[in-house]
Amino acid sequence: MDFTAVLAQIKPKLGCLADNLALAEKEIVTATAAGADLIIFPELALTGYFLKDLVPEVALRLDSPQILRLMELSHGISIAIGFVEETTDYLFYNSALYLEDGAIRHLHRKVYLPTYGLFDEQRYLAHGSSFRAFDSKFGRFGMVICEDMWHLSASYILAMDGATTLLCLSSSPARGIDGETLGSAAAWQKLVSTTALFLNCRVLYCNRVGFEDGVNFWGGSEYIAPSGESTSRCKLFEPESRSVMVDEGALRRERIFSPMIRDENLFVTMQELSRITQERGH
Amino acid sequence: MAGLIANTELLRKLLVGFVRDEVHKVGVTDAVLGLSGGIDSALVAFIAAEALGPDHVHAICMPYKTSNPESETHARLVAEACGINYSVVPITAMVDAYFQMFPDADNMRRGNKMARERMTILFDHSALLRGLVLGTSNKTELLLGYGTLYGDMASALNPIGDLYKSQVWQLSEAMGVPAAVIEKKPSADLWAGQTDEEELGFTYREADELLYRMVDLRLTRQELLSAGFDGQFVDSLYQKIRNSHFKRRLPVIAKVSNRTIDRDFRYARDWGK
Repeated sequence: MDFTAVLAQIKPKLGCLADNLALAEKEIVTATAAGADLIIFPELALTGYFLKDLVPEVALRLDSPQILRLMELSHGISIAIGFVEETTDYLFYNSALYLEDGAIRHLHRKVYLPTYGLFDEQRYLAHGSSFRAFDSKFGRFGMVICEDMWHLSASYILAMDGATTLLCLSSSPARGIDGETLGSAAAWQKLVSTTALFLNCRVLYCNRVGFEDGVNFWGGSEYIAPSGESTSRCKLFEPESRSVMVDEGALRRERIFSPMIRDENLFVTMQELSRITQERGH
Repeated sequence: MAGLIANTELLRKLLVGFVRDEVHKVGVTDAVLGLSGGIDSALVAFIAAEALGPDHVHAICMPYKTSNPESETHARLVAEACGINYSVVPITAMVDAYFQMFPDADNMRRGNKMARERMTILFDHSALLRGLVLGTSNKTELLLGYGTLYGDMASALNPIGDLYKSQVWQLSEAMGVPAAVIEKKPSADLWAGQTDEEELGFTYREADELLYRMVDLRLTRQELLSAGFDGQFVDSLYQKIRNSHFKRRLPVIAKVSNRTIDRDFRYARDWGK
């Protein structure tokens, strides 16, 4: 079905759970009042990104009042949002929740925690271990968090699991000032477009803005149609809430024109991956 | 080299946004900087004026009696060009009073003392004006260690610390820094006729070409030689980077507890902002 999604390109405050929750709630209320069906927030929207030793201080359990409040708000609009999750056995994950009709429809724990260059996630966080598609009111979705998307297998698995819409929650730092556009923005735009094109699926990409210790997060959240075309893109560097119309017909037509996913041979893939696993000896 | 050619429009947006965001988030509206008459501080003044509004930027020129009078003229020119507040606080009395006790001090000691004297004035004005001190060291001099620790290297925020001198020139031109300031020879202005490039023994342009490949692209020594760089030049810059690394770090703390500041007590500076 057609639906309206809001890309909430916000600027969270580092380590300020209450402020960020209030900001998210304001965005949710506005989007709900405007009649939107779904709102997508960035990775770690409730906490900010360079948390380091703050991780345990800002972590939330799934039964915490803050998450329950968001669940309550999801009666009026479906919500995808990033936060730090604390489990009952005291592991901390960079997680994303998909909330709908007052319930948790899906929880994704970031699998690929970058620990190179300016990133240091694996020092502070546990890594997730699955990519699962799930059913929402608007079709079958898959969620990834930022670095996850740079691993082809993540989006591939979700598409094979039936997802026709990929939500990517991101906190991507700006770098690369020698090209026509910002280096990291150009790289991401290529990535989301190519992913949509290869997998005949839509991508809703939501990136944050603002600065943390001199590092800029560039925004540029966008909706990529299943043709790989960017149909709507937020401004760089500034907070923005952009409403996008997601058209079911475009997905159907694309899957008729370019039935790559229909023709994808999962058996061959599995056979070869099994062979490689065996040859590597694990 | 493409990497040293900056998209100045993009760079301007990023650096103006940086100053605005990082100043406002600590709850103040103003910034303070030392204006030497050189290009680095001129560029920072232009960035700050655009980010905070010229009324919220306070430039202080701090000449010593041996400073080239042209420096003060250029500092004033820059302040007028971007409309920021401007004042002059000479450091001769304080510096001379100190060296009366140590008349044999060499140029390096005198230069460092002057840089640190200026730092105390900037941080005093930071308290007076409730403004953050903006740093004006560029990436080339930070990497080479061509600066005074706790002197000109001290600041609250540095908008140009990730820009090579070559990129400082480009952005300065794009932002309208007066041509006289862009075109003159870079100088620390510690004594008459001093120029950075003469003192360093190479040009900033040469250093940037090598540093960009060595630091940003991480080419190996062999790759640098194959690209045509002189082995001695490569080794000498590598040593300068290594030997000055202490200037780019906080003081070393002897670890005795489980949580030592910075080593295993780690928080971003923007914690709670």
